[in-house]
Amino acid sequence: MAGLTANSGIDRRRRFTNQAMTGLIYVAVGLAIAPLVVILADVAVRGAPVMSVAFFTHLPTPVGTPGGGIANAIIGSFIMVGLACLIAIPMGVGAGIFFSEWPESRLSTVSSFLNDVLAEFPSIVVGIFVYVVVVLATGTFSALAGGIALAIIMIPIVARTTEESLKLVPRNLREASMALGIPRWKTVLSIVISTGRAGLFTGILLAVARAAGETAPLLLTALGNTFYAKGLMNPIAALPLTIYTYGISPFPDWQADAWGAALVLIAFMLALNLTIKLTVGRKMSHVRPEN
Amino acid sequence: MTIEMQKERENEATTEGLAMSTSLSSIALSSKMKTRGLKAGFGKTEVLKGIDLDIPEKCVTAIMGPSGCGKTTFIRCLNRIHELTAGAKVQGEVMLDDEDIYGPNVDAVAVRRKIGMVFQKPNPFPTMSVYDNVAAGLKLNGVRDRKLLDQVVERSLKMGFLWEEVKDELHKSGAALSGGQQQRLCIARAIAVQPEVLLMDEPASALDPTATAKIEEAMMELKKQYTIVIVTHNMQQAARVADYTAFFYLGELVEFGETAQLFEKPKKELTERYITGKFG
Repeated sequence: MAGLTANSGIDRRRRFTNQAMTGLIYVAVGLAIAPLVVILADVAVRGAPVMSVAFFTHLPTPVGTPGGGIANAIIGSFIMVGLACLIAIPMGVGAGIFFSEWPESRLSTVSSFLNDVLAEFPSIVVGIFVYVVVVLATGTFSALAGGIALAIIMIPIVARTTEESLKLVPRNLREASMALGIPRWKTVLSIVISTGRAGLFTGILLAVARAAGETAPLLLTALGNTFYAKGLMNPIAALPLTIYTYGISPFPDWQADAWGAALVLIAFMLALNLTIKLTVGRKMSHVRPEN
Repeated sequence: MTIEMQKERENEATTEGLAMSTSLSSIALSSKMKTRGLKAGFGKTEVLKGIDLDIPEKCVTAIMGPSGCGKTTFIRCLNRIHELTAGAKVQGEVMLDDEDIYGPNVDAVAVRRKIGMVFQKPNPFPTMSVYDNVAAGLKLNGVRDRKLLDQVVERSLKMGFLWEEVKDELHKSGAALSGGQQQRLCIARAIAVQPEVLLMDEPASALDPTATAKIEEAMMELKKQYTIVIVTHNMQQAARVADYTAFFYLGELVEFGETAQLFEKPKKELTERYITGKFG
């Protein structure tokens, strides 16, 4: 009975428990992915019919007129996310470097904590803040206000991921650089950042994906419109705004366009995430702590 | 005490011992570095309890002792790398050519340019090529002259005994080299900025015997130009490469002298017990 063949009651029970628990875990995984699969499939099925070249290149048409597109929303999203990147990347990366490389500074620990608070802020509050500070002050909804709102969403994400990826850079590389008589700031800028750059890149892409999907802050800042934006100081369309406005409208063709816009947005995010996985996954290998 | 004094007298009787005693009391060779009352530690823990040591110029000086004796902390105080650790404390004097590197107007960065370091674990910059690793110290300090960089890289790699192995693949990643090659790359990187002193913190402890032999071979060449301080817990290594050896125990300098004397006729009982393997 003490052999390798398991026949006793205890062995059978163990095997049964093992199989039952494994089964439960599969069920849990299935339940967790189910919403994602359902949403993706639903959006794909409902969004696919409106896909055409015109959908990407044309402006929206009045209700009942076929051939409308969301070109203005796609361009608007790119402009505002681009603007947000211009603001958020230098600030977020700078803050992340400060948190990671100057942990002895009190300002660093305090602002690192506040950064976490900012990351948890409801995005509608960010929208209201920018509405008061930018929209009311300039007297107009604008791409600029939208970009600033998205930047405020992005900064804490970029700062946190920058900090985390720089902290992964082995300490002995910093010492190696300092021991060469390279000043601390140059050590950080050339050795630490170049070693942790894959993580930095990931953080920026994640923040872009997050900003591209934000709706609430844009409602109060960019407002949206149905034509190409005239400039940064004018209201501008964006994909999430189009989805929102068209989705709650009573017109079936607008609703179909909302599904189409949702499909475009989701495809864009999937592409971003795939880029991260494919390009960064491999590059990250040299940043892993070696100990 | 009397036993020690007797031993000292015995030592003086031999010619070797005679040379030793001169070098001990008033080093015949000029000292490149001197420490006086060097205390260091972390927070409330005192690791070094007042070290007075003279490091002779263009020689290899080994710092030897059991784990926790403060040898690594000591060497890290010599180029002010110790103070980069959070909570690190240093007291006392460390003289480089009679200038206190802890003096009030001394720039730690300038100190480190004169006193290079090779670490226990090979740590080439992973994103840089072999060439860029060696050139890093110069490039990041503003040297742009390509010809000069080429020369320095070749010379440093030759002195690090690595040139023949990498000369055809200088643009390959430094991280792709073997462990032993990486460590010689780190040596080349350290000497590329032409320091006056080279500190080596157990440079071969992570390497196999063949790789260790190559590092030691390189050290024999390097000491013609540089003052070398090497931390090691490997007594055979100290015996092979060092001209002078210091024995540390529990944060204090127990004994310092010519390597041959220290191993053959240690003056302190503690040293003898350590080198005969009775503790450590």
